[in-house]
Amino acid sequence: MTGERPAQVAERVARASFGRLVALLAESTGDLQLAEDTLAQAFEQALTRWPRDGVPDNPEGWLLTVARNRQRDFWKSAAHRRSAPLEEAADGGGAAGPLDELDADAIPDRRLALLFVCAHPAIAPNVRTPLMLQTVLGFDSADIARAFAVPAGAMSQRLVRAKRRIRDARIPFAVPGRQAMPERLAPVLEAVYGCYALAWPRRGDGGSLAGEARYLAVTAACLLGDQPEAWGLAALLTLASARATRPDRPFLPLDEQDPSDWDRRLIAEGEQYLRRAERPGRAPGRFQLEAAIQAVHCDRARTGVTDWQALRTLYAALVAVAPSLGARVAQAAVEGRTESPAHALGLLDALPPERERFQPYLATRGDLLARLGRHEDAAAAYARAAALTTDPAVRTFLDRRATELAAAACRPSP
Amino acid sequence: MRYMLLFHYTEESEESIGAERMADGMRAFAGYAATLEQAGILVYGQVLRPSSATTTLTCADGEPRIQDGPFADTKEQLGGFVVIDVPDLDAALEWARQAPPAAWGGTVEIRPGAVHIEAGMWVPS
Repeated sequence: MTGERPAQVAERVARASFGRLVALLAESTGDLQLAEDTLAQAFEQALTRWPRDGVPDNPEGWLLTVARNRQRDFWKSAAHRRSAPLEEAADGGGAAGPLDELDADAIPDRRLALLFVCAHPAIAPNVRTPLMLQTVLGFDSADIARAFAVPAGAMSQRLVRAKRRIRDARIPFAVPGRQAMPERLAPVLEAVYGCYALAWPRRGDGGSLAGEARYLAVTAACLLGDQPEAWGLAALLTLASARATRPDRPFLPLDEQDPSDWDRRLIAEGEQYLRRAERPGRAPGRFQLEAAIQAVHCDRARTGVTDWQALRTLYAALVAVAPSLGARVAQAAVEGRTESPAHALGLLDALPPERERFQPYLATRGDLLARLGRHEDAAAAYARAAALTTDPAVRTFLDRRATELAAAACRPSP
Repeated sequence: MRYMLLFHYTEESEESIGAERMADGMRAFAGYAATLEQAGILVYGQVLRPSSATTTLTCADGEPRIQDGPFADTKEQLGGFVVIDVPDLDAALEWARQAPPAAWGGTVEIRPGAVHIEAGMWVPS
């Protein structure tokens, strides 16, 4: 820590501890907006005080104390007393003594409870992932709006409403008991997965949203301890991150990627999480199966070949528990390897009409048609896939395939 | 924290569902009331007469306009409510789940209280 400038310390603490501090500040009253606002004020104060007085030994404790004092000021303010006499809320703030010398590890971690608040059944599904991004990870609402391709004002309003709802309906900051856990955990994992699945503009500091989502998944799995699907999601996101295209590289489909580009350390970490998800004698869940599929792909780094039969079995199991469009398209792609491209095309033809707006469907179709020698149809499928893609690197790849296949269609077959 | 659980369900009568099922419904409500009372969380409860007995009043230009019939003319009507005092929404949801109308295909609306009257004064719920 020595040698860091105060502003750097503030930024590091903001990144690592934002969600932890928001969860602590909001849990007694459920007022997330006030927690975020007072924490922002504390960070502002840190940026003027720390360069002058030096960085405190426990920056987190310092920020928490300052934010709690701001909260109390707010509750005590005459304007607030007139508009809503919430005496009990003021009690909830707790004693805000000097926490400067407090052990950072002694600050309890309430982030898991906050994740369950964000994905509570009383919160609309379309705002759960944005809420997590804002309250746990500290993204601002304009960035979140961009990631979801909605106007900034609309996203901000959606978030404000959801936070007001959490406070007014008093959604508890609590981790559900064993009985309620299965139904409550699923939407939490879905929303964390949603963070990962977003097409996300890269952050200036080099971290990506995929990295943040992976961090959330691993945090949730560690804090829950014994939930196989939570470990499955942590494994899935870790293994997928291991193969992620680097910002400076062109996009390549999985089977054209060079395994020596993959991150061996993340693969080992993901495999370790996957082992923690295993429960002998119990049917694996959706995320565990998706992680196992990623593990098979990553195994090419060790063996040099892809075990298509293993993938075939895993996709059959995945489609049985979670028959999403994405899973069924990927299953068809695997069947195209283990059976035949014609058989796989038959599987694609059986998919519901919304497939026509699904880029992976069109790209998979293009690949299968190309392998059947139907170059003109393949080029058309790739062109439509490219038109549906927002990621520039993926679009470049799909456009190139479309062009190559169109050229091949003009040449007479050898 | 106080929550009002509002029970919306299709209005039935002895003629439409028979005396036996009507008696079953009343027994279920009696059991629910006893459970809430036993748990020490019941503030107040009320089952309402059918919406055919209701009257609505609105004022247009200071003149009262009185009409027969409910506020919203829908198939499901407000049939009753209870006010309970519990720590949070999860607790309120658990009691809502046990409400008899939930088993009849009705809807239970869980509305957090803002303020209520105690000794003539509005106090936070």
